[in-house]
Order: sequence, then C-alpha cells, then structure tokens
Amino acid sequence: MAISKEEVLHVARLARLALTEDEIGRLTEELGEILDAVGIVAELDLADVPPTSHPLDVVNVWDEDEPRDSLSLEDVFANAPAREGDLFRVPPTA
Amino acid sequence: MAPAVDTLRLTAEEAIGLVERGELSPAELHGAYLEAIAERNDELHAYLRTVGAGEGASIPIAIKDVISTRGVETTAGSKILSGYVPVFDSTVAARCKEAGLTLLGKTNTDEFAMGSSTENSAWGPSRNPWDPMLVPGGSGGGTAAAVSAGMAPWGLGSDTGGSIKQPSALCGNVGLRPTYGTVSRYGVVAFASSLDQVGPVAKTVRDVALLYSIIAGRDPRDSTTVELPELVLLPKDERLDGLRIGVPSQVASLDAIEPGVRAAFEHALRLAEELGAVVDECDLPLSYRYGMPCYYLIAPAEASSNLARYDGVRYGPRTDAATYREMVERTRDQGFGAEPKRRIMIGTYALSAGYYDAFYGQAQKVRTLLIREHREALTHVDVIASPTSPTVAFPIGDKAADPLAMYACDVLTIPSNLAGLPGLSIPCGLSEGLPVGLQLVGPQFGENTLFRAGHALEQAIGFDTVPLRWRE
Repeated sequence: MAISKEEVLHVARLARLALTEDEIGRLTEELGEILDAVGIVAELDLADVPPTSHPLDVVNVWDEDEPRDSLSLEDVFANAPAREGDLFRVPPTA
Repeated sequence: MAPAVDTLRLTAEEAIGLVERGELSPAELHGAYLEAIAERNDELHAYLRTVGAGEGASIPIAIKDVISTRGVETTAGSKILSGYVPVFDSTVAARCKEAGLTLLGKTNTDEFAMGSSTENSAWGPSRNPWDPMLVPGGSGGGTAAAVSAGMAPWGLGSDTGGSIKQPSALCGNVGLRPTYGTVSRYGVVAFASSLDQVGPVAKTVRDVALLYSIIAGRDPRDSTTVELPELVLLPKDERLDGLRIGVPSQVASLDAIEPGVRAAFEHALRLAEELGAVVDECDLPLSYRYGMPCYYLIAPAEASSNLARYDGVRYGPRTDAATYREMVERTRDQGFGAEPKRRIMIGTYALSAGYYDAFYGQAQKVRTLLIREHREALTHVDVIASPTSPTVAFPIGDKAADPLAMYACDVLTIPSNLAGLPGLSIPCGLSEGLPVGLQLVGPQFGENTLFRAGHALEQAIGFDTVPLRWRE
C-alpha cells in the first residue's frame, strides 16, 4: 500500500522524530513495502476472536503498601544531561 | 602454575568443577577468559566492553548489553544510551551475582535488540567465529560469538522474535528462549514487553538448564513473572522413549529453508527416532503464514511505546534546541539508528487513529489464533521440531539494505514466541561447514521436557562446538 510523504510526516510528528529529508524519502518507500507485507493479516475474518495482549493468563498481583528505600537523588540524576537542583532541566516548552 | 585451560572447549559445568576441586582459582579462570577475549575480540567484536576480574571473582559470564548492570555502561547497542551507567542491577544480573557469577563484559546487540545479524548495532557488527566474513545472527550475536569463541563459558541474551535462538543456531551454541513470564524483565531495556524474555546461551543443554535455574522464578519487581511450577532438572537421560515429536507439515514446503539445513534437521529427526522418540506431523498453517506479519505489527507497536522514554531528559545524550519539543525530536533523530526509527514509525502508524483496528487490533486477534493453534498441536505431541533458522550464517552486508529480507530470518522462531512458549535451539550438524540449529518448542513451562530431549539429542548428534578453523 502506498504511503504518502504527508502521512510519514504526520507519523513522525506523533513519534517525536525530526527526520531529515533523506530519511523521509527512504521511510516513505520502506513503510509502504513493510505495510504491504504485514497487511495480509487483514485477509482473516476475526470478528469473533478476542485479542491477546499478553500470552499468560495472569491475575492481578497485590502487595503490602509498605514504604521501602528508593534511589538517592544522586543516583536519580547520575545520568541526567542537565540538572537544576532537584529537577531535570529542559528548554522552555514554548 | 595454573593448568592450561582450553576455554574453547571448557563447559560452565566443567569450569565449576575445576574451581570447586581447587584445581583452578576463580581469578585464574577469569584470567583465562580475559586472555581469550584479548586474543579474539578485536576480530569478532563480541564484547562492547569488558570488566576486570576484581575481588571475589568466580565463574564468569557474558551479559548482553540490553541488560542493566550496576556501574557498568549499558547502551542496548544504541547511541541514545551511550554513556548510560545503570545505578541498579537488573534482577537477572543480581541473581547471577548472588549465584557467584562474575561479569566478564557486555556483549554486542542490534540496537534495542532489533535485528537478526548485529549489523544494526550503533557500535558496528559482531562477526561469526566460524567465519568472520559472516554475521553471528542477532540480535544477541555478541553473546553467541563470545560463547562460541571461548570468550565466555556462558552468557545471557534476550529474545523477542528469536534473538537468543537464531544466533545460537548460527554460531553452534545451545540457547533457550524461556516461557514468557518465567524470567524477570526488571532492569532489561524494553523492546516489546509482551514478547521480551531473557534466557541463557551456552555450549551444552545442561549448562543452559543450570543457568536457567539461576535466573528463573517470580520477581516482585516484575508483575508479569510467575513461580516455576516445577524445579529445573539437569537432564541426564540419553533415551527418548515415548517422546512425541511433531514436525509442522508447513516445514516441508517452506522454500526459504536451505537444502543443507533441511538435511541436518532430518538427520536429527532420524536420530531422535533411534533414541525411541516418535516423530509425527503436526499442523501450524496460520503460524507459518501470519506469524511474521503479526509479529512485525505487535513488536513495533510495543516498541514505539517503550522507546518514547528516550527523550533526552533523564538519561542519554541530548541534542540542544530552543524549545523542549525540538530538543526531544532532535535528540531522538540523532540518537536512534535506522532500524529503531523504522520500527517506531511502523508501530506508531499501526497504533494511530484510523489504522489501529486494521493493523494492531487485527494482529492481536491473529495472536489469539496462533496461541490456540500451538495449544492444539501440543495436545498431540510433546515438542514441536523445526530448523531454528532457514539458513546458515550469511555474509555481512547481504541483507542489511533490505528490511524485509532481514525480518524473514525469524520466520521459524517467531510463531512460538507470539504464543509465549519456550524454545530451545541446539546445534544439529553442519551445512557448508557452518552450524545448523534445531529448534524444539514445548508447552508453557515445558523447559524440563526441552532439556531432556535436547540433552539426549545432543549426545546422539555429538556436535563439536569448536569452530572448524580453530580445531587442532
């Protein structure tokens, strides 16, 4: 199925990817081919089949509500690109 | 003087014996592996980084770079995690430490474990010890190459679509993808959460079973884990009397399977019959037709969600920009390689408004059918057998430019992964001088059956795990 450049740009915006022009061109072609290959799942009539989100029949797990040690602030910020006091520093949102 | 240790041949079980009997000190053992790494890692690039032996060194282990190791850089093969040093251990790394295992180093992987050759690693591909012009498989090609080249007695990998089984097959190792939910994912870099499982790679089925017993079991930090319903048994039997082995009828007509791979597979089936097993046909028509498409919708969808966390805020390198949104978008464009971007895009598309039902929702329903189909097959047989990979190791560069050709590498490993079932790959012979893997799939929590069958077949096959070019 053909994917337009506009669709690729829309999906890239949703995915927070600032793609280059080259990447947009390549992905427009590749996504079309890949969606053709995976799109064959549409052949099946599955109206009565429940979806699977998880391969095990798991039940909810309850735990006692007890305070436990968490990471120290030094550990929390150990890998941060920018820190200001006890906060992660980021550029302005607008 | 320490006795000479041939790490190319030494199994983990033998290494433990040498240390327990005092014939070798843990430091000497660790040193022997570091020597092998010094000799072969430049050529093979199995390890991204190694760790000194340190105090209290014991039986060494290699750990894939998607598994967090406290104080040791963990990049998942991605630039977007370069310099990331975990401040906590994954549960599997912690359990290895508690069992007295010492980290040798972190092994190469396709970026975020997305790939079948390690060519998607941001740090360059690993190479196959049997022939360095060939890929070791992927994504866990680093661990597989390390074990095959005597640079580790055993190692941990992670398997979403086949990333333990396929490289084990291509490098001549034994690898287990455990039943979903038996091994903790806490501290493991997430790719596709309903599929990811950590598992062992080694030279023998018994080593794999032993390492599995160390890492498996419920973890309060991963609510998808369960207690094992039975203890892990180290296999001893060399007979297979009464074992029912099912071969999917679809294997016969799968043209992608190379003739040499088919011959080695059929030879293994004949040996199984000589050991007393009954080989029969089973039927997995939907799995063979829709497994790959189903996987390449579900896994990218989950990946697009999991990889949203890489935003340049809490860890990883940041690309500066004037606004927050621009910073995030540029950090992600510069940090992710081509394959994660491709999968994020497929996954985001499949989950987006207007396409969700037709792609992601439909794939989840197909998954239900594949689970039912496997369950039905496993009421008639105890294990399902097929080749692990349709081909032997292929040349570096062969499929790198063709995503769909690379995805097709996983056609035989994906179906049982979607069904959450355990799969064991053991070497079953050579084709054109390269290892061929036999995949045995069992029911949920059927690891002991796989170990028993794998061990008996391993003895009968008598595969020499040392790459031909290094044999005396």
